[in-house]
Amino acid sequence: MRAGISELAGRLRNREISSVELTRAYIDAIEKLNPTLNAYVHLTFDTALEAAEQADRMLAEGDAPVLCGIPMALKDNICTDGLPTTCCSKILTGFKPYYDATVWEKLKRQGAVLLGKTNMDEFAMGSTSETSFYGAPLNPRNPEYVTGGSSGGSAAAVCANLAVYSLGSDTGGSIRQPASFCGVVGLKPTYGAVSRYGLIAYGSSLDQIGPLTSSVRDAAIVFDAIKGVDKRDQTSVDFDYGPSLVESLDRDIAGMRIGVAEEFFDGINPEIEASIGKAIALLEKNGARIENIRIPALKIALPVYYIIACAEASSNLGRYDGIRYGYRTPSYTSIDEMIVKTRSEGFGDEVKRRIMLGTYVLSSGYYDAYYKKACLIREEIIREFDAVFEKCDVLVAPTAPNTAFPLNYKGASPVEIYLSDICTVPVNIAGVPAISVPCGEDSRGLPIGMQIIGRKFDEATVLQAAHFYEQAAGKVIGDYKGGAAI
Amino acid sequence: MKYEIVCGIETHIELATRTKIFCGCTTEFGGEPNTHCCPVCTGQPGSLPILNQKVVEYAIKAGLALNCKINTKSHMDRKNYVYPDLPKAYQISQYDEPLCEKGYIELDSGKRIGITRIHIEEDAGKLVHEKGFTFIDYNRSGVPLIEIVSEPDISSAEEAKEYAEKLQLIMRYIGISDCKMQEGSMRCDVNLSLRKPGDPNFGVRTEIKNINSLTFIQKAVMAEAERQADILDAGGTVVQQTMRYDEKTNSVAPMRDKESSEDYRYFPDPDVLRFCIDDAKVEEIRASLPELPFDKLKRYVNELGLSDATARQISRYRKVAEFFEGALAEGAGVKNAANLIVGTIFSNMNTEEEKELFDIRISPAQFAALVKLADDKKINIGVAQATLQKMLESGKPVEEFIKPEDLVGISDGELERLCREAIEANPRAVADVRSGKDKAINVMFGYIMRKTGGKADIRKAEALLRKLIGQ
Repeated sequence: MRAGISELAGRLRNREISSVELTRAYIDAIEKLNPTLNAYVHLTFDTALEAAEQADRMLAEGDAPVLCGIPMALKDNICTDGLPTTCCSKILTGFKPYYDATVWEKLKRQGAVLLGKTNMDEFAMGSTSETSFYGAPLNPRNPEYVTGGSSGGSAAAVCANLAVYSLGSDTGGSIRQPASFCGVVGLKPTYGAVSRYGLIAYGSSLDQIGPLTSSVRDAAIVFDAIKGVDKRDQTSVDFDYGPSLVESLDRDIAGMRIGVAEEFFDGINPEIEASIGKAIALLEKNGARIENIRIPALKIALPVYYIIACAEASSNLGRYDGIRYGYRTPSYTSIDEMIVKTRSEGFGDEVKRRIMLGTYVLSSGYYDAYYKKACLIREEIIREFDAVFEKCDVLVAPTAPNTAFPLNYKGASPVEIYLSDICTVPVNIAGVPAISVPCGEDSRGLPIGMQIIGRKFDEATVLQAAHFYEQAAGKVIGDYKGGAAI
Repeated sequence: MKYEIVCGIETHIELATRTKIFCGCTTEFGGEPNTHCCPVCTGQPGSLPILNQKVVEYAIKAGLALNCKINTKSHMDRKNYVYPDLPKAYQISQYDEPLCEKGYIELDSGKRIGITRIHIEEDAGKLVHEKGFTFIDYNRSGVPLIEIVSEPDISSAEEAKEYAEKLQLIMRYIGISDCKMQEGSMRCDVNLSLRKPGDPNFGVRTEIKNINSLTFIQKAVMAEAERQADILDAGGTVVQQTMRYDEKTNSVAPMRDKESSEDYRYFPDPDVLRFCIDDAKVEEIRASLPELPFDKLKRYVNELGLSDATARQISRYRKVAEFFEGALAEGAGVKNAANLIVGTIFSNMNTEEEKELFDIRISPAQFAALVKLADDKKINIGVAQATLQKMLESGKPVEEFIKPEDLVGISDGELERLCREAIEANPRAVADVRSGKDKAINVMFGYIMRKTGGKADIRKAEALLRKLIGQ
């Protein structure tokens, strides 16, 4: 059993191990495994060791925060002052922001040790991490398979124990789906719970930063550390979560009302359906009340997601023109040509596809039929979730309709890959929190994830249910062999 | 003219808030290029806008001063277009829910020019072409603007100028912008078409961009109306296009065509929350507005009895009007106060800016002390003017220049004695007056003034003299 944050925090405080030693162990593991797994795209070992020394001083002084000295990783779309932040896109080649994302500022202040920036789909657009300019990360559980995406590197790094925890971002499932493919825990917080300042935008009304961890307890610890209102993000919300989400984890789930919506199970791989069914039975056996409910609007959530996310992306990505930062085409004769060539050469196909889709749905003449209609349906989806949460405390669903795809899965058209987001996108559209926890393996030994969805700002109940399940179910997937030896 | 002008004006005004619309950077004009910048106003990846509440307040002020309805629910939209001075490739603006709607400006003729809408938005940076390179200065990027769109109610070049002038005056008065057209803190785009009188349909319009002075607005409207009339007279059709006014040649010519019909793909900005302004806030802002220049003008003429010309000069500048009203509150008489401001204080101020700033060294109370001496005839107007000039130069109060013994004035008995003396001393002049050469009375005024050091009340003296001469 690998060590979680609490255990490591204890060992750091006992002087059993120093942060520098811990960091070196992770660096060694990364040096050994990353050339194959490609989980990290930018390594920051020098600053990591400096941070570890600093953390050891903080620990020696006593009263250090729980995350002090713990080695971790950030998705490559989270801004880090002076360190590469490229969204795994050619167009941001060499970009080093001169400011920190709020989440990183918070973690840094607590003594976090950043090992590097993790691989991802270019601009977080994808479900396999294969659209990365740096090549796909491999699924540590079986390197023939993808990690999922877009936070594939963050999931792989935690899975292979190349980081104690990592942060990802989730616009339509980009934390939860790779967490499920790699057999780790991934939490997408309520929209507005975590500041987006410094998260390079994809779909601004959907994007949220959240943790990927090896346990629900760790997810609660990290979420606790990064949440909170931020005066630099108007969409962040000042919600009072009470003193600690970690302390409420151990509550019993007897009497908890768990909703199961049949729409989430449409077209799901039978092995996954069976695995989730088993998990639901376990929860019921432990006193949860299962409510069968309907959320009809889920059936149209996928097109709504792709319209809204692409529309926002087409606008958000307009700024990459080669003028101020990042890649610039080497030869041009006019500024217009420079912008066109920079963008043509700098963006990959999937990003171009979504920019074109987004531009199309916002164009005059099509706006009402696509973007405006999508916004109206979004309201309906929100209403249906609100209604469901009158009757239920949480919903349980698969995280994805399938386990990990094989690498370079040729059969997949873009639409087939888009369909794999079907269980996760409604959560972003509604702005509610959800977690993915491992709940089994398919016949090929690939992990299956269960999704637990909650009310807005009710991460406490989501985490509590997930933690209860995790404890009650025990070992549901095999251990990963390798990673940091500690 | 056989055509009727149909003209509307879009005005961009930079708001005089201390900081930019979405970040804490200063809005100060000038500064080394790219020194008033941060990740937000240069559109760095990951940065997010925070709406400056002062901008909303200032725009509401503008709306209320222009008789607009304030939309208490509003939001920001993204206007997407690509240009190097626009670092995010979209401008955060307002599309279908402008902050203010349906107002008007009243011209001197009583005609009202409708205000369609006022919305808030961010300014772009500035391209600087030098030594064969193009540089970008983002200091101006994110400076708050309001765009004021008029109805096409303007039907002459004079009305166009008056509309812009009044707008400028009001915006300065309520203190939300300095509206300096040369510095670009007020910029006008004029839309213009012609039609036959009585024709209910509009003709094809052109837009003249970025006119930078009030006079040029008038000239550009005339030039463009003539140009369009020539085309129509020749049986041609006006092409809808964007024009530029060239002040050197006093002519209007098409601008280099950027992109013919741009689709801005407006949509609500997901980074800026919808905002609500409660009615109490609107009322609070309304209560904070000063009396507007045209209301002051009317009051000065109708209630204070000032001439239209004098009332105009005083009401035109908020600080002058406040100084004037401050002096009245201290007991100064209306006429003397007004005349001394316009005659003496303004003679020290050569430019509009100086009058606008009205940076003088004496207080309204000090000014009133002087005016009251003139009101009470303790000094005559010439002495008052000379003394005021000395006060303005030194910043010292009136007591420094007029000794108590100077203020004793001339008693009625003394004045009568002096009049008799003057008549006796000037028999020739008396005879001239009697024979109808009225100007000869000045000889006796001169005598009395010499004797009194200018302190005699000349009107009283005149009445006495005429009585004594027997007229």
